[in-house]
Amino acid sequence: MIQAVLEFMEKLMLLGDEAIAQGAIDAGISGIYAYPGTPSTEIMEYVINSKEAKQSKIRSGWATNEKTAMEAALGMSYTGKRAIVCMKHVGLNVAADAFINSAITGANGGLLVVAADDPSMHSSQNEQDSRFFGKFAMIPALEPSNQQEAYDMIHYGFEISEKFEIPVLMRITTRLAHSRSAVVRKQTRPQNEIHLPGNLKQFILLPANARRQYKHLLQSQANFQEESDNSIMNQYIDGPDKKLGIVACGISFNYLMENFPDKKIPYPVLKLGQYPITRPKMKKLYDECDEILVLEEGYPIIEELIGSFFGLGKTIKGRLDGTISRDGELNPNIVGKSLGMEFAQTRPLPSVVTGRPPKLCKGCPHIYSYNALNEALTNYSKGRVFSDIGCYTLGALEPFDAINTCVDMGASITMAKGAADAGYKPAISVIGDSTFTHSGMTGLLDAVNDNSSITVVILDNATVAMTGGQKSSATGKLEKICEAIGVHKDHIIVMNPSPKYHEENMKVFKKEIEYEGVSVIIPRRECLHTAARRIKEEKKKKELEKIKSE
Amino acid sequence: MKKDIILAGVGGQGILSIAAVIGMAAIDNGLYMKQAEVHGMSQRGGDVHSDLRISDREIASDLIPEGKADMIISVEPMESLRYVPMLAPDGWIITNINPYVNITNYPDMDDILKEIKSIPNHIALDANKMADEIGSKKSANMVILGAASLFLGLKYEHLENAIAKLFKNKGVDVIEINLKALAAGKIFADNYNKN
Repeated sequence: MIQAVLEFMEKLMLLGDEAIAQGAIDAGISGIYAYPGTPSTEIMEYVINSKEAKQSKIRSGWATNEKTAMEAALGMSYTGKRAIVCMKHVGLNVAADAFINSAITGANGGLLVVAADDPSMHSSQNEQDSRFFGKFAMIPALEPSNQQEAYDMIHYGFEISEKFEIPVLMRITTRLAHSRSAVVRKQTRPQNEIHLPGNLKQFILLPANARRQYKHLLQSQANFQEESDNSIMNQYIDGPDKKLGIVACGISFNYLMENFPDKKIPYPVLKLGQYPITRPKMKKLYDECDEILVLEEGYPIIEELIGSFFGLGKTIKGRLDGTISRDGELNPNIVGKSLGMEFAQTRPLPSVVTGRPPKLCKGCPHIYSYNALNEALTNYSKGRVFSDIGCYTLGALEPFDAINTCVDMGASITMAKGAADAGYKPAISVIGDSTFTHSGMTGLLDAVNDNSSITVVILDNATVAMTGGQKSSATGKLEKICEAIGVHKDHIIVMNPSPKYHEENMKVFKKEIEYEGVSVIIPRRECLHTAARRIKEEKKKKELEKIKSE
Repeated sequence: MKKDIILAGVGGQGILSIAAVIGMAAIDNGLYMKQAEVHGMSQRGGDVHSDLRISDREIASDLIPEGKADMIISVEPMESLRYVPMLAPDGWIITNINPYVNITNYPDMDDILKEIKSIPNHIALDANKMADEIGSKKSANMVILGAASLFLGLKYEHLENAIAKLFKNKGVDVIEINLKALAAGKIFADNYNKN
């Protein structure tokens, strides 16, 4: 028994993402749903690889997109079981319809939505702040400051989700998602049994029901507020110097503490980890201090909320008044400077250091697709290739300079369609296999229905490559999908993107670009990393079988 | 005891294997640890780094403040210089001197070495060659870690134990060769300091 307790107390070294995953396993989820996206990918990966999750028969695996993931999680919650759904911040845009309406239906089994924001856009096209989505949906939201809190808050999140029968949002940012630290586990909870909601009309958002449900959501706001007011996730830490009061949200609290090695901050600090924002603690800080400094990753949400529209009241410092840059992630130095601290001059960056941007890997199949496409387009004016989100977006860089757009998942096809509709021909779309099944299929249907003259190039490397090689929903299905959508089978052409077939491929591109109507070209070759990993795993499997048979 | 370490390299060079050994040695000795990693787009051949912090007191920030890093451990020479603004005045640079050339405008190696040597506390070593001599090109990262072992504030045996633990599933031979690589790096650094 003592041994068991000791093992239980053993510290795990986990990424923030992994702490969330372990927290969810221990909090008794029956399923996890997600589409890969930096910095959220490792949550699902951890559960997929967890032996405990397998033993507990927790459902795991990649969804086709964030919307299908969100809906499946809601369906699991409908049955009374606990579910978690994870995505990057822009993934929540894709899932938004289901997400916002899940606040109206409410949850039955505990339902947690994790959105991983990427301030400074390390691997993203914007730095939108998911806390806005929490407020927009009018549901409780959590924001951990470290890995242990992330783990603990998952347990707490499921508790309040079931207590208030509402989905709960957890917002993290890149540095927490991808930083490793010690985590101590809690007691595990058993999974829920299937039990449908008491009111079976709750999930039917016909206007008459929806109005009732919406009123219920509005009435629940006071409960969410009271929960947050009393929550230990929101801590008022007093300090003797009332000239300044500091609001520190999520991970910004760590950057603040870093500037006070003895852990003694002279000013009162409100450490925030839960929304809606606690009113009594915020009021105490505002009333007692001369000025307020707001430290928050992402958008100046709190700063705007507690500041005055007309510039009346106390001075609020943060991202809006210029104390802190309006964009980009925080760090210890930025926070230190916002407190008026001065830092010694550091050594300059040696001039010999040159940039090393990411690029397509040596031998990557995309290289040969772009080489052939570029050559096929030499006789046309520039600016004809609408592209999408994935490794192939690196085709925008030298030496390829091959694509002209990258906006959101699936936009390549529909933007090419819009351009073709405007009379801009040829218009070419370049999209990856997983991005195509994520959000490209419906756009292709639009193009077929309008007979828009576009050439859709689906780069099929049989994986979700940019996020580390997750299973693609498209593998083995692309031709059939395109034909079923209505693309004529004579204009669905598979090619091998290899230097050996350059001339041949180039001619296919040239011919299909001339075609008046929708054509689909599928350059198909497995991602080098995925192939290497697959071969290694197959070899390992064979060796194991050999040992077993001996 | 507190060490702030920046691990540097190019996406795909495996800097996290060094972080794993130091991290495990630290944890097994009751120290606190935080380690920020880079995932996503930069891993495709771009510059990558990891902030590794170990301490006998609780660590606040996942990121190391500017000008506070005790050392930069780099598996690539130009990448070691990218983080010089992060280095403390008396900080160390321990770097491999084998360039990873995947850009057309890679600078002249002489200029890079001159710049590395202008940092008073530096160790520049040909870890690839040393690993090759031991018989495993793959263990170059452990050679570099061996050279850094003098400055980590951790006992050398603890690093050895961590290697044995981490490579347990790969067999005795792999452990042996990595321990040899670690020792080669340490000996090199010992002598480098004497010169």
